Amino acid sequence: MTNETKENKTLPTVIYSPASGLRSPKVMAQQMWRDLIDSRELAWRLTIRDISAQYRQSLMGILWAFFPPIATALIFIVLNNRKIINIGETDIPYPAFAMFGTVLWQIFIESLNSPLKVVTKSKKMISKINFPREALILSAFEQTLFSLFIKLLILIAVFIFFQIPITWYTLLCLPAILILMLLGLTFGLLLTPAGILYTDITQGLTIITGLWFFITPVVYPPPTSFPFSLLTIINPVGPILTGARDLACKGVLNNPIPFFIITFLMFVFLIIAWIIYKLTLPILIERMNT
Amino acid sequence: MNNNKPLIKAENISKKFCKSLKRSLWYGIKDSCSELSGQRKSNHKLRKNEFWALDDISFELHRGECLGLIGRNGAGKSTLLKLLNGLIKPDVGQIEIRGRINALIELGAGFNPILSGYENIYINGAVLGFNKKSIDKKIDSIIEFSEIGEFLEMPVQNYSSGMYVRLGFAIAAHLQQDVLLIDEILAVGDIGFRSKCYNAIHEIRKNTAVVFVSHSMNLINRICTKVATLERGKNVYSSSNVPAAIQHYYDLFSQESNKPNRIENYDSKINFRELKAPKYKNLYEIEFGADITIEIDAHINPCFKNIELNFTFLSHGMDIVAQCNSHNNGIPINNSTGHITGEITIKNINFNKGNYFISMSIVDSETNNIIIWDHLFTQIKIAASFYGGAFTQLVGDWSKLKNNE
Repeated sequence: MTNETKENKTLPTVIYSPASGLRSPKVMAQQMWRDLIDSRELAWRLTIRDISAQYRQSLMGILWAFFPPIATALIFIVLNNRKIINIGETDIPYPAFAMFGTVLWQIFIESLNSPLKVVTKSKKMISKINFPREALILSAFEQTLFSLFIKLLILIAVFIFFQIPITWYTLLCLPAILILMLLGLTFGLLLTPAGILYTDITQGLTIITGLWFFITPVVYPPPTSFPFSLLTIINPVGPILTGARDLACKGVLNNPIPFFIITFLMFVFLIIAWIIYKLTLPILIERMNT
Repeated sequence: MNNNKPLIKAENISKKFCKSLKRSLWYGIKDSCSELSGQRKSNHKLRKNEFWALDDISFELHRGECLGLIGRNGAGKSTLLKLLNGLIKPDVGQIEIRGRINALIELGAGFNPILSGYENIYINGAVLGFNKKSIDKKIDSIIEFSEIGEFLEMPVQNYSSGMYVRLGFAIAAHLQQDVLLIDEILAVGDIGFRSKCYNAIHEIRKNTAVVFVSHSMNLINRICTKVATLERGKNVYSSSNVPAAIQHYYDLFSQESNKPNRIENYDSKINFRELKAPKYKNLYEIEFGADITIEIDAHINPCFKNIELNFTFLSHGMDIVAQCNSHNNGIPINNSTGHITGEITIKNINFNKGNYFISMSIVDSETNNIIIWDHLFTQIKIAASFYGGAFTQLVGDWSKLKNNE
């Protein structure tokens, strides 16, 4: 009886074949959408799992989230005060400026590293169980959001200390920070397939992000004089990071055009990165070391 | 029920693997590129260092059926499961899966070692694709089945491997699916839990299409409705007569691994031991239920006054099927001369159709020291028309059974 009733219902059917998923774009798009929806609960579970495990195993707990930005910012505050480097004028007191910049930078870097990190950590799970792969990325994003939330607490403390007014406009920086995170996620996701196979990607990323920090207006205002101003055009992180800081301090975007162009391109590339991740993962799973 | 569409339909699937890691990674990049350019399709050509891990496998499986995959290590069983599960793509052919699929390939996947068993139930359930609500409904039953009890709040890193598997299986077994893939995973649990698992699989099978990989022929026999034997990626034999398929598997593979081995201690020596029966190739063919006679001639060190003679019959899977022991038969053997010679007849060899090994041992009655151990010294083939599921086929008296109309 149960057999019949079950059989009569149309069961969802999947087909695995060697043909590229791009040959049937409509099926592919539906699949991506469905997997994204299906992966929400799992992603949330994984997020709770990772965060609670992380803090259960640590005595200092969330304090660790505060140290890196404070340390980096302190270095530049000292360098600037001693006139070892000359930063120039900033809209808000330099310590607050540097601190804000470093927190944003760190959030960007965390987002950048998170996809490859989470996939590498879950290699065993990926190679043994078929679950919507989007869950890993979504969970990585949620965990970065959690980290952001903690870091925002420092920023609020800094703003209060330096008596920078916090208004409704200040909240406008939140969408900008979100875009900054998605930008990092896009870069990270684009690198993930190659990074699954070759460890070179992880190694190279550490060096590149170290250099990237210096060509991004994190601890200094965006340069306006000619050769250096090019950096803001080549480096997509600059306008977004500066934009977020401008919105927080002044409530306005100084340079809206590059900000919106980069945001638009970012969304396009995010979808491309997602498609690449989804299509290549089954090919990479059979070849990666677990 | 077979009129219905199958839940699993695998058509001519093949899969290549690469022997060299460097090349494999490079092919991975190339394949990814062809996938992304939309060019990728069936590819029958092997590149350098590649081989067929699976070669032209086809089968169908309906609800209520269980396919047992048997074969030696590296035959392609786990690869096939990975393909069915959609973890990796076939290089040739097509797989169609209808309905919800669940795989018991790695139990407790996604478990975080630091978190408690209770927390991990929800995590594992989510990984397997079940939401909090459906786990909430089943949580009590899962906990009860796993028998973890008081340790539920303990971090799973302190669990024994058996407890780990118990919890993992309990979760997976409680989730409903249409297709279930099971890799050899249950070997860890203790006997009680294992038999509980098999009962659970039996229950699941009624309403599911199951693919089961195991090296235990006993289990394959108990659970599966058909069997496919894989060898070097090829399906060399498949049949819905499970015992026959298992026998075929043994015939194929066990000769080479089960080598005769003779141990002669205390200056004793076997001069001769042979079956008195017609011999074909190196097999003695025996009719079901017939007697066998073994001729023996041995020199045993006379310091052993009383000895025991023992014959053991083994299946190809090295299960001990039957035994014939002189002491048990109430026959004392006196060794005053140090020379034993003559015949022994063993009656009614009512074994299931198939091949069996015979081992002989001679031990000292007082100390049980082994004087001679002649392991797998010969092989017999039982000829019968019937093929049963047990090693011993008992003969009953059916004359008093009446057919009432």
